[in-house]
Parts: sequence; structure tokens; C-alpha cells
Amino acid sequence: MVPLLEVRNLQITFTRYTGGLRQHQIKVVDGVDLSVAAGEITAIIGASGSGKSLLAHAILGLLPGNAAMSGKIMYRGEELDARRQEALRGREIAYIPQAVTYLDPTMRVGRQVRLAAGGDRREAADKQRRAFRRYRLGEHVEKLYPFELSGGMARRVLVAAASVSDARLIIADEPTPGLPQAEVREALLQLRELADSGCGVLLITHDIQAALGVADRVVVFYAGSSVETAHAQDFSGDGHLLRHPYSRALWRALPENGFEVLPGAQPQPSDRLEGCLFAPRCAMATAACSKERPEMRHVRGGMVRCYHAT
Amino acid sequence: MRLEGIGLGHRYGRGDWLFQGVNLSLATGEIVGLAGPSGSGKTTLGRILAGHERPLLGRVTLDGQPCPSKGYHPVQMVLQHPELAVNPRWRIRRVLEESWQPEPAVLEALGIEEQWLERKPVELSGGELQRICIARALGPGTRFLIADEMTTMLDAITQAQVWHAVLEVARARGLGLLVISHDRPLLGRLCQRVIDWEEQIQREYHSP
Ligand code: SF4
Repeated sequence: MVPLLEVRNLQITFTRYTGGLRQHQIKVVDGVDLSVAAGEITAIIGASGSGKSLLAHAILGLLPGNAAMSGKIMYRGEELDARRQEALRGREIAYIPQAVTYLDPTMRVGRQVRLAAGGDRREAADKQRRAFRRYRLGEHVEKLYPFELSGGMARRVLVAAASVSDARLIIADEPTPGLPQAEVREALLQLRELADSGCGVLLITHDIQAALGVADRVVVFYAGSSVETAHAQDFSGDGHLLRHPYSRALWRALPENGFEVLPGAQPQPSDRLEGCLFAPRCAMATAACSKERPEMRHVRGGMVRCYHAT
Repeated sequence: MRLEGIGLGHRYGRGDWLFQGVNLSLATGEIVGLAGPSGSGKTTLGRILAGHERPLLGRVTLDGQPCPSKGYHPVQMVLQHPELAVNPRWRIRRVLEESWQPEPAVLEALGIEEQWLERKPVELSGGELQRICIARALGPGTRFLIADEMTTMLDAITQAQVWHAVLEVARARGLGLLVISHDRPLLGRLCQRVIDWEEQIQREYHSP
């Protein structure tokens, strides 16, 4: 079956100007392969600066002008180019961002949700009311402007908009940092419901535990590249079901596991590593690892970017 | 040395009381957790203990004496969002050396690299900037450190790195740590005892 969304060898390069007109290029996303199936939540985890949010922007067509992209993004079997992105964004492809700035600040939120519903006016109003009730948004909230909402309410408005829009693919950035735990849990369960009703969900987060609670599959990012796609259940015990040494280290660093330290830091794009981006910190590294970048391979029902994974 | 909060209570303006009658005691060399959901007033308690704010009710003492109101405060605090805790226009060196010259041993334990010092805050990752804020809070006069969701924004590996370094410094200097977090497994790893914040406030509300 064709996946809802498929990303193949995505690379994103930014052009920056330094001192006068001298330009330089930095590759911030360097090899991302993943797919999202209808009815499933695929979570993306990894350190900050690993390129997770840029991936979301690339899928939505929201990259800034100085970013160049290569590789392929396929939506329902066809390339997702700028024209399709524009046509589908906010309709079939919904975005639930981290910051509420994605809401139109000049429009009452009820109207924004009705616009997302589209179609007949009366029907749209009806859908919006039902969605507001479902997401615990009082009737008076319809008339409010985004700045009048709390962080948690703004997020529920965005979820309401996604739920009325006949979205098939939902891209959700981490629930707002600092949101009370109960609201984070609620936000994740809402995503689970949307997936169970047939949507594909791509959830971007740095909170592994939160992701594992709702996700079907987990993609691990490191230094701008996807290093593994695992089943959520592979994150268990001492992590021996995981395929990439970075995924295992991330798992074992959790306080409830070993709280183990992996020395060193994620490399910067400016380090321009030739081979495997994890090689400087990898206990399994061999000479071959630093020569050429490993490609994604299929291993045990998942995918991994490592020469020595079994 | 012992840091004590006695009968602390606080609210903003005429709003509801965030907490009332909170008692808390922490000795140097001790690592104590304060567990509870975010947004429940724990940060305000931390700010009061660190002298950033005056409590409306109760008092904070060090070995029974009021905390010094001038000079270096022996109770330092590190917050969740380092980018809000530094002057964005300053170079890291200036941020760090604002009040003293940090010991090289502290910088090394925290994995702070020399080259970071010439950069601006935006040029560091969240984890790197948080280490700077921690180093800044570990001045020679520090006896207690209040870590308020200090590693909540970090990935698990960086979190483990940062905490191992902080525990090392705390052990070497005999600091007292108050770890405020919603993450129970983390508190279980770090702390000798954990105070349940909701229980603390509940008890006060229901006591006659
Ligand atoms: S390719 Fe080599 S260096 Fe990279 S993760 Fe695998 S074993 Fe380690």
C-alpha cells in the first residue's frame, strides 16, 4: 500500500551571508527518510537542533526563502510540490504547531475554525460548535481573538480546526513547553483519536516517554538525519531491540532506565563530517564508518542508517 | 548550613493563594526533590527561597538567620528556559563572568568549551546555554542550588550529562540541591527524599 506520506533522502541547505556579500552554505537537514501511514502516529524524537521542526516546515512548504531543498516528499503517491502544498495546507494537511502564532491574530477563533471546515456556512458553523464542545471550548470562545486564549486553549482551537477540516495528514509539533502535564496528556490523546479515525499523524517531540505513550512508530533523528525507524514497542528493557547505537543511548539515558551518559555532543553542520554522523561518539565504529555516509537499510521490520546494525 | 522556609504563603495581587503555610527544610549536602505538575506555584516557591521575591506570609532563614539582602546570595536558582535568563546581546564570556570568574574545574565538569565563550547566546544550543546558566549559578559563595525544571527542555542524553556534572560539583562542594520537577523518575534517580507539592498544599488547605 502506498503510504500517506513518504520522505526520501531529504536535504535542506541554508544560504547565509557573512560579512558583506560572502555567502556560505550550511546543510542543516542531511538525509531524512521516513513514512507515515493512515491510521498511525509516527513520532519523531531527537535532540534539539537535530532538524525535527525543519522537516515539518519542509512538508508544509513553509521553509524560508534562503532554504534549498533536495530529495523527495510524496503525498498519497504523488510528489508534494509547492503548488500542491499550497492547495492542501490547512485542508487535507493540517498543522498543529508548537507556537500559537499560526492562528490568524486578526480573526476571531470561531471563524477560523469555520473556515477550516469549509463548505456550506450553516454546516461549517455546526461542525465548529461540535468541535468546540468536544475539545472543551466554551461557547464564548468562538468570539475571542487568539491573544485572549491561554496556551492550552489555543492548542485546543488548533486541534479543533484540524478535526473539522477533513485532514488526512496532521503534522503536530510538540505540545507547548510549559503546558501542565494533564494538558500535554490530553493533547496527545486527541492526536491518538484523530489517528484512530483514519488520519496519519506525524508528531514531533523531544519527550520520548510522551511519544511512546501514543505512537505506533518512532523515527529517531540525530544531527539533521533520521538514523532509525522503530516500532514503539522496540523501546523496552535495555533497548536491545533498537537498531541504532544512538537510539539505544537515548533510551538508556532516561532516568527510569540507566541514566547513562553518552559523552560528547551532536556534531554541527559546520563540522562537515564525511562518514556516519554518529561515528565520533560510537563505540561500534570501524574505519569504514567515517569514510562514507551509511544509507538507510531495512532491518527487522524497521529502518536504520548504520553499517553494523543487525 | 540549613535553608528553611517557614509558613510560606504567596499570591499575586488579589488572585487566589498559590500556597499557604508551606514549610520546607534543606541542609547542605542534601538533595531533595519537589514533585508536582507545572503551573502549581513551585517556581514561585523557588524564587522566594532564592530571594528573588519576598513571601507575603512566612520567612526564609539560613541557619535561623534572615538571608542576606546585599551581596552574593548563597541560594541560587536555575530555570527551565535558559534563553530567558541571559542578556541576548552579551557574549557568553560576559554572561559567565558577570559576578565572578568561574573555576576552570566547574567549566570542565559541565563540558563547557572555551570556544563557546566568544559566542552570543543565540549561537548556542539550549543544552549548551543551560550549562552556562548552571556554571553561573555555581559561584564560590553558592551553598544551595534550586533547579527548577532545569533539564525539562533537554533530550535524555544531554539531561543525563548535565545532571552527572551537577551532582559531581554538588558532592565536591557539599551543596544542598532542591530539584523541582514534574518528572518522578528523574527525582527518584537524583534525590534522597522527595516532597510531594500537592500534598503539602492540600494539607494546609484542609487543616483546621
Ligand atoms: S555506521 Fe558505524 S559509526 Fe555509525 S552508528 Fe553504525 S557502527 Fe556507529
